[in-house]
Amino acid sequence: MAETLLQSGEMVAAAIPGVVIDNSIRNGEAIVTVKRESIVPVLTKLRDDPALRFEVLLDISGVDYPDRPERFEVVYQLLSLRNNKRVRVKLATDEATPVPSVTGVYSSAGWYEREAWDLYGIFFSDHPDLRRLLTDYGFEGHPMRKDFPLTGYVEVRYDEEQRRVVYEPVKLKQEFRSFDFLSPWEGMNNILPGDEKAGEAKK
Amino acid sequence: MTDAGDLQNQIKNFTINFGPQHPAAHGVLRLVLEMDGEVVERADPHIGLLHRGTEKLIEYKTYLQALPYFDRLDYVSPMCQEHAYALAVEKLLGIEAPPRAQYIRVLFAEITRVLNHLLAVPAMAMDTGAITPFFWYFEEREKLLEFHERVSGARFHAAYFRPGGVHQDMPEGLCDDIMGFTEQFPQKIDDLEELLSDNRIFKERTVDIGIINAKDAMDWGLSGPMLRGSGIAWDLRKAQPYDAYAAMEFDIPIGKHGDSWDRYLVRIEEMRQSIKIIRQAIEKMPLGPVVVNNHKVTPPKRAEMKHSMEALIHHFKLYTEGYHVPAGETYTAVEAPKGEFGVYLVSDGTNRPYRCKLRAPSFAFLQATDFMCKGLMLADLVATIGSMDIVFGEIDR
Repeated sequence: MAETLLQSGEMVAAAIPGVVIDNSIRNGEAIVTVKRESIVPVLTKLRDDPALRFEVLLDISGVDYPDRPERFEVVYQLLSLRNNKRVRVKLATDEATPVPSVTGVYSSAGWYEREAWDLYGIFFSDHPDLRRLLTDYGFEGHPMRKDFPLTGYVEVRYDEEQRRVVYEPVKLKQEFRSFDFLSPWEGMNNILPGDEKAGEAKK
Repeated sequence: MTDAGDLQNQIKNFTINFGPQHPAAHGVLRLVLEMDGEVVERADPHIGLLHRGTEKLIEYKTYLQALPYFDRLDYVSPMCQEHAYALAVEKLLGIEAPPRAQYIRVLFAEITRVLNHLLAVPAMAMDTGAITPFFWYFEEREKLLEFHERVSGARFHAAYFRPGGVHQDMPEGLCDDIMGFTEQFPQKIDDLEELLSDNRIFKERTVDIGIINAKDAMDWGLSGPMLRGSGIAWDLRKAQPYDAYAAMEFDIPIGKHGDSWDRYLVRIEEMRQSIKIIRQAIEKMPLGPVVVNNHKVTPPKRAEMKHSMEALIHHFKLYTEGYHVPAGETYTAVEAPKGEFGVYLVSDGTNRPYRCKLRAPSFAFLQATDFMCKGLMLADLVATIGSMDIVFGEIDR
């Protein structure tokens, strides 16, 4: 079983040398990490090779890791109906570096890339129609980034006097509370909330 | 100034707004249509009017608190989405639901499938001008929702499938009532077919309308009845069976032409197959626990909490902090009534999901609208969208 799962990555590595950074299995699922520039030939190979035949691109999702030098991960989920197999292709990018669009390989990539652009600000080069998808017309920012607050920055309401919808800065009736759930029983390494000055009083 | 020839050249395609509050738009779809007379030249769906930021909200909730959001995605087939999430979390935790829970989940996933198709088919009929099925089959839906209510307490937002099993065992007598339903329901499907399958108007509106061939269907990432209508026998329940589906016997209906009519027929037959699975699930259902007996993940019994200090602590910890899921990632998909519903779950080892990407089947369907509807008449576009069975809760997320 393990050999067949690793097979997709190995075949890509053999066909296009130097593009596969990592080829592994996690939780019984095959993951191939590739170089950003080579995503189009990699997916073309995965789709067209008679032994692989990943004809369906199910999903493209961004993941944000702000601590990494290249903070975004773009994850492509592929499915082969013929061989009944799945593979996940990953690459890394940052805010400034564009990722080659795969709309030429899979038509379904169009909206998924628009969504990743909208929610994360991952730029896809050569995309035929890279507009925002899910957020409001004229929305600013990329809401799924980890540094974007859950409540957002603006709220809307209908203004009776101006007779139109107006945008205003978010006013919270109660301050946003993000609880620190991490158990103090399992290694107390952070200061308890409200207890920051406990050390200073003694001085 | 201008002669007739110049005027002729000035006639351009005109653009109309279809929706967002159009009864045939299935919710809050806004289509910007470029029309050449009555013919659709280009369809540009504008989505996001129902965007609630579910994925972002889930990142701020514990694993258990995130579950009810799944009911609110595709609100006509709630339990199937919980199923995907429960399976994903179970995979990361490395646990497996006990056999009885697996059968209950299959049973209710199939009830949900019938529930979904009972909305999809009559709504499609309504888009083509027949209103009777919509009224008739809401009664049947109500019967199924009653089963939901009896098992979970809620008609729609059940929050019944939990990581590790299901919330509670089924109440007494429910199996018999579901069995009773499966006996009378096939007659109702026949009635539906009598209304639509031999209906000349319905056939004229759907046969050879909105055709998509197998190759294009795969290219556009279609799944579920949309893919099967194009002649590909692909069903995750058979191909990658989860829970107790491996023990079930059923057939996968497929279409030949990939038009709206075939998709309608596929859904009708899927309902019959679902009834078959429901009956098997009840007949084969074993006795036993319905959640895993691991109180780090599932709450202890209330009676136990009355005398056991440890059970009380477990209960408190579970409902404040929640459980920690080992770092890792998984893409877990189920065959939801509309197609492949997938959850890409990334865990960083804390009690909250690091990332939870939801792969909604109808997102891909709506994207293919432009491809499928180019060159169709406006009224046929409505019929085609009806045959896609789209719900905005899961498209906009």
